[in-house]
Amino acid sequence: MTNPPPEAEALARLIGFGRDLRRRGLPVGTGRIVTFCRSAAALGALDREDLYWAGRGSLISRPEDVEAFDAAFEAWFRRGLRIELELPGTDDIAEPGDGGGQDEDLEVVDDHIVAREWHEMEEGDEAEGEASIRIVASAMEVLREKSFADLTEEERRRVARLIRRLAVQVPMRKTRRYRPAASGARFDVKRTIRRSLRTQGEPFHRAWRARGTRARPLVLILDISGSMAPYSRALVQFAFAAMAAGRRVEVFCFGTRLTRVTRTLRTKDPDRAMREIGRLVEDWEGGTRIGASLNELLDGWSQRAAIRGSVAVVCSDGLERGEPDLLREQMARLRRLVHKIVWVNPLKGSPHYEPLARGMAAALPSIDEFLPGHNLESLEELGRVLAG
Amino acid sequence: MSEWPLSSVSELQEALGREHYLADRGLSTAIYLAVSLNKPLLLEGEAGVGKTEVAKVLSSLLGRELIRLQCYEGIDASQALYEWNYSKQLIAVRAMQDVTTEAHVQDLFGPEYLVERPLLAAIRSGSKAVLLVDELDRADDEFEAFLLEILSEFAVTIPEIGRVAAEEPPVVIVTSNRTRELHDALKRRCLYHWIDHPALEREIQIIRARAPEVPESLARDVATAVNRLRGFDIAKRPGVAETIDWAHAAAFLGVEHLDEETAAATLGTVLKDHDDQELAVSRLAEVVADDEPAA
Repeated sequence: MTNPPPEAEALARLIGFGRDLRRRGLPVGTGRIVTFCRSAAALGALDREDLYWAGRGSLISRPEDVEAFDAAFEAWFRRGLRIELELPGTDDIAEPGDGGGQDEDLEVVDDHIVAREWHEMEEGDEAEGEASIRIVASAMEVLREKSFADLTEEERRRVARLIRRLAVQVPMRKTRRYRPAASGARFDVKRTIRRSLRTQGEPFHRAWRARGTRARPLVLILDISGSMAPYSRALVQFAFAAMAAGRRVEVFCFGTRLTRVTRTLRTKDPDRAMREIGRLVEDWEGGTRIGASLNELLDGWSQRAAIRGSVAVVCSDGLERGEPDLLREQMARLRRLVHKIVWVNPLKGSPHYEPLARGMAAALPSIDEFLPGHNLESLEELGRVLAG
Repeated sequence: MSEWPLSSVSELQEALGREHYLADRGLSTAIYLAVSLNKPLLLEGEAGVGKTEVAKVLSSLLGRELIRLQCYEGIDASQALYEWNYSKQLIAVRAMQDVTTEAHVQDLFGPEYLVERPLLAAIRSGSKAVLLVDELDRADDEFEAFLLEILSEFAVTIPEIGRVAAEEPPVVIVTSNRTRELHDALKRRCLYHWIDHPALEREIQIIRARAPEVPESLARDVATAVNRLRGFDIAKRPGVAETIDWAHAAAFLGVEHLDEETAAATLGTVLKDHDDQELAVSRLAEVVADDEPAA
């Protein structure tokens, strides 16, 4: 093999870097690598910082990828580096296009370099990847059906991630105002006339107005006493997913008394939010006074937080320590204020469960949907109920 | 390659500074490359870090017209590209009611009845314009696809008139607050830069550049306080625009240093969420403390 000229060497190094990023799992296509090379050429003689910024601007486009990019960059380009990259003028490096031919040339250079630098890693890479995907898939199935209470710490974290990825849909309500629509309840005279101009005054195309829809707020009222804690933690993740989806969500926790944790959940890191909630809510895993807590919610928050017209999700086992009558009364009050009450009771996951506990029996008349919530699968069902 | 009066990144950085925009090396490189390579530049970052400002400064630096397309939910081609002027057409129809001929009807769809929207204006101006597509994350996916088409061709076909194409594409700046992830196809076509909140010293320089009447000591105090606020667990972290507002407000009250009283009175310029304000008020002493902020 003859020695390549220095410019080709430099170019090959840039391309190799792009390929390495791809290998590290970043979405770097040939198009991006070409842009990177053109950027480097446009900057002329490069020092390390120029090269760094040229790469960050052209090879990645998500802040999350910066860390991986930095690591790869550190590994590929030594400090104090300076590259003279005069030769391939910016216009001589082909744009990736429909042509394909030029693309292939690049790939050849590419593979050549990669083969030299990375041949140890090449073998068996792909087969391994596929096998591991299959293992993950079957492990997922098991996790879906395993009760939250039985999860190991590692599984808990994985389930938390899965829950956060649940696409949370929220029930919609009709808005008061009418907006232009393809079809609808009201005839839109104004738009019809405007449209008729295209047809020289003849109203061929009729226009309509219909009422829009708007997402209802979601209110989560979570029991964090004793045995309920693992289930409520899962629902907090669920609330987090809903919030991340840009919904109006209010979250309250209760044991013996009520705490609003909405604010805490508005941060971006759910794990930190969970720790924060743990600190905020003093009676993690104490006793349960559902009726009194609901009373606190309705007296204290119904005017301040978005509860009216919402879909309320109560997560509790219904083992009330206080008066069942108070609970019955407060549930009826809540029923009048919100659009729908969903009660999630993890005990319902057991086939032998019947809602005989006095508290649960008192609440039952006001409930619209009664669901289990003991594993990932049942939370998916909750998601479907909320959307419906 | 477009005309470009500057031959290096550091020259551009200085020129931006003369326009009172203090960009760091990364952003300057991104802008330099976007103009040199004729590629759209996608800027992301939290609200108020100066994404939109880049386009404004660039247009005045290059002496080109700034054409702004503000995106919003439900924006469509008629608001972004072109629309016919219906009322004018209606009047014309009435006026020629009795004498309508084929030629007249043709006229109804002539250029004088066309309402030019930002994208068409940008295509027509070509390299004489800087096109700012602001807050693209607010528009729907469909609009993004439509924009991608325009950005790759810089040409559009209006059925009644014909094809309009840009001889040279304009400089394009796309901004997003990242309320949702933009489509990969669009990102691939663009150069990308994430703008962070500026470091303390740079933010002080920015205040001094943008609000020259603010005394140095106050600028330092305000920038330090804002830096601490950003470290708090708040919902809406204040941007640079808020920092400048705060400095303005405090300077207007005639103080040289930011004390608790002034900070409390002017907190509304920097925090615009009730919960955030409550939190800040409860920790105000910490916010305006004299010691150097922990790194």
